[in-house]
Amino acid sequence: MTTELLIWLIPLPPVLAFFLIVLFTNRNKALSHTIGVGAAGLSWLGSMVVFARALGAERLAEHPFHSAIPWLPTGDTWFNIGVLIDPFGAAVLFFVAWTIFMIFLYSVGYHNFGQPKGDHDRAGLPPHGATVADEKTGHKHMVPSVEPMYSRFFAFLGLFAFGMYVLVVSDNLLTMFVGWEIMGLCSYLLIGFWYGKESARNAAVKAFMTTRVGDVFMLLGIAFLYSATGTLSFREIFTEEVLHVLATTATPVLGLSAAGLIGLLLFIGTVGKSAQWPLHVWLPDAMEGPTPVSAMIHAATMVSAGVYAVIRMFPLLSLDASTMTVVAFIGTFTAIFAASIAVAQNDIKRVLAYSTISQLGFMIAALGIGAYVAAAFHLITHAFFKALLFLGSGSVIHGMEHGVLHTGDHHVDPQDMFNMGGLRKKMPITFWTFLIGGFALSGFPLVTAGFWSKDEILADAFGHGHMAVFITLAIAAFMTAFYTMRQITLTFLGEPRTKEAEHAQETPWTMTVPLMVLAFFAVTYGWVGIPEHFPGLGGLVPNWFHDFVGHTLEHVPEAPEFSWVPLLTSLGVALGGLFFGWLYYRNVKSAKEDVFQIGVLKNKWYFDEAYNFLFIKPVYWISETLVYKWMDQTVIDGILHTFGKVTDWLGNKIRNWIDLPVINGFGDFVGFRTADLGGAMRPIQTGRVQQYMLLAMFLLLIVGGLLFYFLVMA
Amino acid sequence: MDFINSHLLSLILFLPTVAALVIFFLPKDEVKLIRWMALTASLIPFALSVVVWVNFKSDASGFQFEENYPWYEAIHSSLHLGVDGLSLTMVVLTTLLTPLAILASFSITDRVKPYMMLFLMLETGMLGVFMALDLLIFFVFWEIGLVPMYFLINQWGSVNRNYASLKFMIYTMGGSLGLLLGIQLLGVLFKTFDLQTIVEGWTSLSSSDTFGQTFFTVGQVKAVAFWAFVVAFAIKVPVWPFHTWLPDAHTEAPTAGSMILAGVLLKLGAYGFLRLVLPLYPEQAQFYAGALAFLAVAAIVFGAFASYGQTDFKRLVAYSSVNHMGFVLLGIAAAAKASGTLDATIALNGAVLQMFNHGLSAAGMFFLVGVIYERTHTRNLNDFGGLFPLVPIYGGILIFTSMASLGLPGLNGFISEFLVVRGSWPILTVYTAIAMLGLLFTGAYILKGIKSVLHGPLNEHWAHGEHELTEINTREILVMAPLMALILVIGIWPAWILDVINKAMVMLF
Repeated sequence: MTTELLIWLIPLPPVLAFFLIVLFTNRNKALSHTIGVGAAGLSWLGSMVVFARALGAERLAEHPFHSAIPWLPTGDTWFNIGVLIDPFGAAVLFFVAWTIFMIFLYSVGYHNFGQPKGDHDRAGLPPHGATVADEKTGHKHMVPSVEPMYSRFFAFLGLFAFGMYVLVVSDNLLTMFVGWEIMGLCSYLLIGFWYGKESARNAAVKAFMTTRVGDVFMLLGIAFLYSATGTLSFREIFTEEVLHVLATTATPVLGLSAAGLIGLLLFIGTVGKSAQWPLHVWLPDAMEGPTPVSAMIHAATMVSAGVYAVIRMFPLLSLDASTMTVVAFIGTFTAIFAASIAVAQNDIKRVLAYSTISQLGFMIAALGIGAYVAAAFHLITHAFFKALLFLGSGSVIHGMEHGVLHTGDHHVDPQDMFNMGGLRKKMPITFWTFLIGGFALSGFPLVTAGFWSKDEILADAFGHGHMAVFITLAIAAFMTAFYTMRQITLTFLGEPRTKEAEHAQETPWTMTVPLMVLAFFAVTYGWVGIPEHFPGLGGLVPNWFHDFVGHTLEHVPEAPEFSWVPLLTSLGVALGGLFFGWLYYRNVKSAKEDVFQIGVLKNKWYFDEAYNFLFIKPVYWISETLVYKWMDQTVIDGILHTFGKVTDWLGNKIRNWIDLPVINGFGDFVGFRTADLGGAMRPIQTGRVQQYMLLAMFLLLIVGGLLFYFLVMA
Repeated sequence: MDFINSHLLSLILFLPTVAALVIFFLPKDEVKLIRWMALTASLIPFALSVVVWVNFKSDASGFQFEENYPWYEAIHSSLHLGVDGLSLTMVVLTTLLTPLAILASFSITDRVKPYMMLFLMLETGMLGVFMALDLLIFFVFWEIGLVPMYFLINQWGSVNRNYASLKFMIYTMGGSLGLLLGIQLLGVLFKTFDLQTIVEGWTSLSSSDTFGQTFFTVGQVKAVAFWAFVVAFAIKVPVWPFHTWLPDAHTEAPTAGSMILAGVLLKLGAYGFLRLVLPLYPEQAQFYAGALAFLAVAAIVFGAFASYGQTDFKRLVAYSSVNHMGFVLLGIAAAAKASGTLDATIALNGAVLQMFNHGLSAAGMFFLVGVIYERTHTRNLNDFGGLFPLVPIYGGILIFTSMASLGLPGLNGFISEFLVVRGSWPILTVYTAIAMLGLLFTGAYILKGIKSVLHGPLNEHWAHGEHELTEINTREILVMAPLMALILVIGIWPAWILDVINKAMVMLF
């Protein structure tokens, strides 16, 4: 099979699984998950083959795997769509395939496959547990129950995977956007998976609408780019001539060049999708979805898609310095802003959610300062360790839920870290893998992947003289290490703080195996990108990542000169943050003792409230009152009704003033007067011949007399 | 066979009326027979229009399958029928939606005979407009379509049907007065009502000349006639601010009536723009393109807002039509402004495809609203809530169709909206940018609908006892299946239909 054909086929298995499950197998849980996981496996296999061939290909950047077919007729020409795998695409395909496959596998365990049906479970709500009787003793106890919409979950997950694969293999912006939006739909469906919960329903709508704000700008950007260049194919846009034209065309907006404005519009799409400030509000609420979904959205696919898109469009974005400044600012600000919120969160998943926003900010900032390779590197390492952390947190929650079912006290929130503690003994695999993930996130030196990618971003910022970015990111990195260690300490270290934590249990192999696989990459993937001039380690292994991915661009970006300042900073913030996090939180027993529970951080800088006041409420008012009630029903219909009334009045008046008195009156007058006259004459008509004769003679006398007078006398 | 082949269009056009006459002679208590008769009768025009589609040569310019019969020779009007890529698309849409609407009407039990007869006559009325190549015939069919629809709303509608049907009738007729005058003017001027002759003659008149023996210039007369045409079609589309008849008519009409109203009748207006306004008044259309674009964007934005402000499910869907049809007019305005350019062609492709797509998704949405209304007897969104576990299949179908209406990539609506946006961006940049606000709120109202009906805590009222909500039945799924299949197919592989539209647009403009 040719590589191109294989690439075309990669996205298909998950979408076929979606249709198969939805249409045919949704009643059979085992068959559905077999189809779902099998499809993810097939796509994974295809991706690995393509990745291997991409590694072996000579000069892949100049001769990428590419094939296209005509899709939309436009006048005399056709708009083509196709698949493209270049070095960057191949690198992304690699992590996407691994994380998606692991998430599919993990979902089997997470949704309690093999467990009995719940006592009161209902579609649309999380399973509440089932009562089983022990065979020997007859003792009844609660066990986790299987998810009632188990099959549906795999169907949605399949569609989600399809969207991501479409995005990655697309050779043009339009089909990339198709994949992008399909993921938007799936995130909506999956965040709202337990739609019976009011909070989940609202979170789903919030996620869809917030990202859609970005999407409509992106659509404009695509339309603009298409109008300006006549193509949306990456390979045709990223040529010297086209880019030159875009860079030199002026637009009336803010003095930006066409390239700058298109870049900005596309970037706003990323701001929505990758939850950057000020469109970050949807992501923390998205934690309402089941945990595999959180991993899928926040690590493997959707938010990465936003960063993927801007990295893809880097040759265009980098043409306009103003746009790059905006990108760098948004990224840097988001990195520190989200990190500050993460410090004050108590929900284990919410910490990770804000951490994701913050880390995406790192990538965006890196791109904004032109550190293309560093951004791509961090995108991939982050995907591995953040997927690991999310799945790990899911495993923790699962373990805690076990404890909750054991004690039967459903008021204990299994996601609140202050209810945990000491889980390292109960859940050793989860603990060790979570530790690896957490250290990678913090940038624990040398062994973790996160260190190498984050260090590269800092080195780039420092090396290229972006000191504001460098300092802000360094502080954000310190906070990252701090809240990560806070999380690890509160969750796993010390002694259990609740009975539920004491009875937590390690999760089944379907959940722990993905953790171990991802932990492997969270460590080793950093080693493929060790800078050549790194003291001691540099040059031992080639800096494969920089060579391979860097060649995607026509001009391979220069790695910054080695400097001790960023390296020491990087070491300092990571180790310092971890140390202080441990030092402080090992003694904190409850949320009340935590000095970082500051109102403004806990309430996320009041962005939800502000948006509610500034946008949501006015929109309700505009829709219901202004547009519908006032404009349509009062003004427009008012005019119509007035028109109707005036016509009615006019008709009335014509009848009462003209028709009735004048026209009818005249007719009536003639008729009635004639009748009157006739009536007056009636007495003459007696019917007696004698009277007629008498009258006739009388008349004859008069007429005769008159005749005589006029004719004879005159 | 020869007869059928040479009379395809008139067969498609008049078979429904013939069937209506046959039904007239059936006993009124044979409800089943009448229903199946009507369905079968409406399937034949569909089959024939598929034959036309297959044999249609999209590369050839001009009209195909032409038929010409003398009709009113004294005033030189003839029954001249023909189709090109534009009208054929609409004919197929009509013949496809009518059987589905009739199938959807199987739940009607009140006076089935007149109902089915009216429906079939309605089909003839609509098809006539799309096929007519003679202005007088165009107008005759334009008006004929109103009558059955009036009675369908007035007799089988819900509570406020008298007000709604009257508003619909008066408004549309009022609008077509100017159209009739305009057509008369052209007819008198050229001593024929033949569309192609008139287009050639009318456009070749120089705008600065004096018009006949009057004080006006040709340009002034054309401008007045242009607006007379525009208002008639704008009311039908409907374009803001002529749209307020639509939510009332849709809300009160029986389910199948709303399907046809949204699916086909609105397209008559947009078709009028493409068939008559743009060819007859290229200069005026170009001159007033900004005004048209303004109205289009107002429809898109205000339609979306008004839809979001609804608590009545059916009214929400009704306003969504205003929003979606706004994109059709935006594409038309862009094409009017920059006629003949590639951007214009793309915008027109989008507009025509949007007409077809909206026909599919709006008909589907109205049907789905009808399905739940029939069971619950309420359309108030606040009365539902959390129904998904009770009706999972219905829920899935509703989400799918809603997403098509929302313009989700991968489904049909996206392709057409993208083409319109792409085409109008370079021509009407600011308007296109403002239209995005409408696109954003399309999402808001669609999600509001799903959120209120399917998601959230279950409203126990519908879960048990006499009010227990029943799942969508096989007949109803059969109504939706063809619509959903087409929605998906066009979303993934639009070339088969877009190619026909594209070629027609290139040759027309």
